[in-house]
Amino acid sequence: MITFAAKFGGLKFYQKMQQRNFLKIFIACLCMGMSFTTVASPAIQEQHEEQEQHAPTESGAVDTREEVTEYIQHHLQDSYYYNFFSDGETGAHYGFPLPVILFDDGLKVFSSGVFHHGEEVAEIDGNYYKLYHSKIYKTDAEGTITYDENGFPANERPWDFSITKNVLIMLVVGLLMMFIFSSLARSYKKGALPTGFGRVLEPLVLYVRDDIAKPNIGKNYRKYMGFLLTVFFFIWILNLLGMTPLGVNVTGNIAVTFALALVTFVIVQFSANKDYWKHIFWMPGLPVPMKIILAPIEVLGMFTKPFALMIRLFANMTAGHVIVMTLLGLIVVFRNWIAGPAFLGFTIFMFVIELLVAFLQAYIFTLLSALYIGMAVEDHSDHHPADNEDIPVI
Amino acid sequence: MEEALNLDLIGAGLIIIGAGFGLGKIGSAAMEGIARQPEAAGKIQTAMIIIAALLEGVAFAALFAV
Repeated sequence: MITFAAKFGGLKFYQKMQQRNFLKIFIACLCMGMSFTTVASPAIQEQHEEQEQHAPTESGAVDTREEVTEYIQHHLQDSYYYNFFSDGETGAHYGFPLPVILFDDGLKVFSSGVFHHGEEVAEIDGNYYKLYHSKIYKTDAEGTITYDENGFPANERPWDFSITKNVLIMLVVGLLMMFIFSSLARSYKKGALPTGFGRVLEPLVLYVRDDIAKPNIGKNYRKYMGFLLTVFFFIWILNLLGMTPLGVNVTGNIAVTFALALVTFVIVQFSANKDYWKHIFWMPGLPVPMKIILAPIEVLGMFTKPFALMIRLFANMTAGHVIVMTLLGLIVVFRNWIAGPAFLGFTIFMFVIELLVAFLQAYIFTLLSALYIGMAVEDHSDHHPADNEDIPVI
Repeated sequence: MEEALNLDLIGAGLIIIGAGFGLGKIGSAAMEGIARQPEAAGKIQTAMIIIAALLEGVAFAALFAV
């Protein structure tokens, strides 16, 4: 697992933490997440553009529906500015800017405050950058954005390694996990019982070990415990933070779930034994034409499993956030005494369901990762002892 | 544009119907299993959640394709 972290991360300080495999995996996820959070989402961008034009109606008042939609879409996106809330009337934002780290003819580090929420062009060392729909583009001094034939900005984009809102939250959760789990580990030196918050964590750790890792992976489960525990707690804490008014939506970002699923994929492929590869490329116990047909399907299956992990977590969390926020938004849209309490009730109902989903998704991700690892390391010697491939099993 | 959007929504509706039907079948089968063998409830529940998650994954993938 050390090599995995080295491959993805390249962070200097991972070496200091060699005893804690799960932290390394986490950091690897983080780095992947950071590099991919800047993937543009064309659909959202297009809709967004439309709304910006229509948002202020002719009388100067803001259309509530448009505003609610825009607010939800902003919530789902990553941003360079940690915004707690904005005053729609005065246009004031309450929050703090985050550092922007660009790699464009040398490293450039500056505060995202210079963009003034996309209203101004930032000049850094003779280059001009503009924030356009939450992405940084390189522009001329006036901040002109040119478009290609599909309506997407054609401006060059610098390499972006910024500490965005999602990255900040991931770092905070990483540090929090480092702190609570090292204190849990330390408390075992003093006695058999953990102290303080460790008493909450111990049953959860045992749950992951006894109900997820052991039955699905088998006897070599210890090797993968670090990864499974990290993924479980990382996703769960992030999902729960998404339920707070902090406006966190990290697991609802496809780049983050992509990085997490990629780590699972790599671990599965690297820990696979020869039976796994044999079952993929030359399935034993089948006639030859069938083997030829099955090989590409099985190869595809290698990729669809982590792909499904990625989509499942991303879609569940995004859908949950959208539902809760839409129901809350409906109160503001209807503005009367019947709809208000009704939608408040729906919101609370969905919120409680989302608390369940937050746990369930962390559980499912860990469980399926364990299942895939288990498939890859499974010892097949017991079900075809003779290993006679020519006899079809029908 | 308008027409294409409506077709998309019908597709999304069909996906939801399919997923709902599938989840219902999984749930009913698991319930029956637990009722027949209450001591195997834990194992049945885990298997049920795995299948439900797989089904959900397919449904979400289809929804995003829409």
